[in-house]
Amino acid sequence: MKEKIEVKNLSKIFGRYPQKALEALKAGMSKAEILKEHKQVVGVDNVSFKVYEREIFVLMGLSGSGKSTLERLLNRLHEPTSGRIIIDGTDITRLGQKELREFRRKHFCGMVFQNFAILPHRNVLENVEFGLELQGVERDKRREQASRVIKQVGLEGNEESYPSELSGGMQQRVGLARGLAVDASIMLMDEAFSALDPLIRRQMQDELLELQEKMQKTIIFVTHDLDEAFRLGDRIAIMKDGRIEQIGTAEQIISKPASDYVRAFVEDMNRAAVLTAGNIMEPMRERAFMGDGPRTILRKIRRNNLTGILVTDTKRELKGYIKASELVDYINEHKDKESIPLDKKLLCQPTRVNKDMPVNEVINAYNENEFGPLAVVDDSDRLEGVIVRGAIISALAGESAGEDDGPGKDTPARLKEKEKK
Amino acid sequence: MIMFPFRIPIKDWISAAVDFLVSELGAVFDGFSAFIFFLVNNLKDGMLFVHPLVLIALIAFITWRMAGWQIGLFSVLGLLITENIGLWVSFVETLALVLTAEVLVMIVGLPLGIYAARSDRFNSFIRPILDFMQTMPAFVYLIPAVMFFGLGLVPGVVATFVFALPPLIRLTNLGIRQVPKELTEAADAFGATNMQKLFKVQIPVAKPTIMAGVNQSIMLGLSMVVIAAMIGAGGVGTNVLRGIQRLQVGEGFEAGLVIVIMAIILDRITAGLGQRKKAG
Repeated sequence: MKEKIEVKNLSKIFGRYPQKALEALKAGMSKAEILKEHKQVVGVDNVSFKVYEREIFVLMGLSGSGKSTLERLLNRLHEPTSGRIIIDGTDITRLGQKELREFRRKHFCGMVFQNFAILPHRNVLENVEFGLELQGVERDKRREQASRVIKQVGLEGNEESYPSELSGGMQQRVGLARGLAVDASIMLMDEAFSALDPLIRRQMQDELLELQEKMQKTIIFVTHDLDEAFRLGDRIAIMKDGRIEQIGTAEQIISKPASDYVRAFVEDMNRAAVLTAGNIMEPMRERAFMGDGPRTILRKIRRNNLTGILVTDTKRELKGYIKASELVDYINEHKDKESIPLDKKLLCQPTRVNKDMPVNEVINAYNENEFGPLAVVDDSDRLEGVIVRGAIISALAGESAGEDDGPGKDTPARLKEKEKK
Repeated sequence: MIMFPFRIPIKDWISAAVDFLVSELGAVFDGFSAFIFFLVNNLKDGMLFVHPLVLIALIAFITWRMAGWQIGLFSVLGLLITENIGLWVSFVETLALVLTAEVLVMIVGLPLGIYAARSDRFNSFIRPILDFMQTMPAFVYLIPAVMFFGLGLVPGVVATFVFALPPLIRLTNLGIRQVPKELTEAADAFGATNMQKLFKVQIPVAKPTIMAGVNQSIMLGLSMVVIAAMIGAGGVGTNVLRGIQRLQVGEGFEAGLVIVIMAIILDRITAGLGQRKKAG
């Protein structure tokens, strides 16, 4: 992955004597102490990170954590007190005012704000044109470009409407379109969906992901909502007191929180939306092959104390599930024969789930499942593992489940499950 | 008991300063005076050149477009009454004076208001001056105004200007400062120049407040009409004064009524300008 933005030791102090506060910070004073003693506010404290091309990088933190400040440092709406910001090879902290303006026009899709920040005296079309108009793009060309983007965000037919006539979700679409209309690669979004009600918010998140598939921008998304961060972010930086506590993917942050603060945060998280079937499945302890005879299969079932068994071919492709009770009946019927072939009628089809299915959907699948465990398969129906009820429960309860444990370990929940079988 | 062994000679300083300005800069004031006189007089003559009905129709049309047919009808009736009671010429004289003063107020006030919004230092510098202009009794600066500009129209315009300027500066400043921060941040984020930010974002968004400032300054300007008449500015104010001096209650009331009619028309027009959000 190519680097897009590199931030090195970036700090921002608000106040009249930033250098003093900066020294105090280096000497190890805390944000609160500096506020008390030097009357300077630490916005961002010695932060370093990289953002890769075409990823959604989320800055997550509570209010006052410095996430919005950090985002505004990236296009120098706030002047950094110290540190470097390198974007596409240019150190923007060294640019003069005029160069900075040019740089913003070329590299940034403006910014998308929580309160939309669209111009009340302009209609939708004129708002979307705004960035192009500032660049001096001629009227016909910018009309054309704006109309195209308006279509993409689903505002077609509202070109002549004024912001006051639009709902919150529609207004934010205007904000988004205004950014996308500009031909640049970095999009800054500051709590962009936080003012919307939950349903619309969810919808906008989905639409953003969909747009991102096509647009392939580098997006820096600020939010205070962990669910949103995990839904949108390829990688997430969790911030506290102007510092970055942890950077990583959702899975990394959930499974290995870097600090107590992050752990406390993640505990509140709705894990079911983040963990996938692949995270909680167990590898197969035993499976039957199409070539196995009924007695062999029964032995495999008995040996593992199961109520049934999954059957695959030699290429791991899932063929079905055989219930122990039906198998016993079948063998009894053909008791007298020396060797009995496996009757295909014995195979029933278990519910299959994909490895990437979120756990909350796995729960639904499990409830609809009539017998046995859930079979986890890949795209070509090859068996990857199984999910038993205990694994789902322990995943929701916050224990690290699945792969890490290995097949041998029996959690209390799993033991219970086995007894039932 | 004497608290201070001395007295700060403010009055001497002011007198000396005024004397100095009058004697040394007389030519400048004369030139300025001639210029203002030229403006007001031409405006007045222009408006008196056409038949009263033409002007009435024009004003009624503007009010109708800006504030609705009710106010349009009101201005037709009000102006016809003005003509009927023989105060048409006075009305036009006053209108010319107020409009000229207001144009000058806008030329000076808008840039100062914008600058005050951008610079906290300039804002704290100009605020006491604005307080001074608004609260210092008009009669006090009427006298130096006469010394600088002589009797007549011009000191009237100047006095009106001084009194009407502060609200426009204040409200322009306020309007621009109240533009949501995110709007200016958005402009910056898209790489706007300062001028683009000012003309495409700040002024349009602040327009309703700025127009309220224009409206307030016209209203304050009208309240100076009678005072300006005391130094020979002419217009309806003269009729009010004459009525008071001769104890002719009826005549004074008629003239006062004409001022009210003018105030309502100008108020509704400028208020209408501020409210038209979708203009342009």
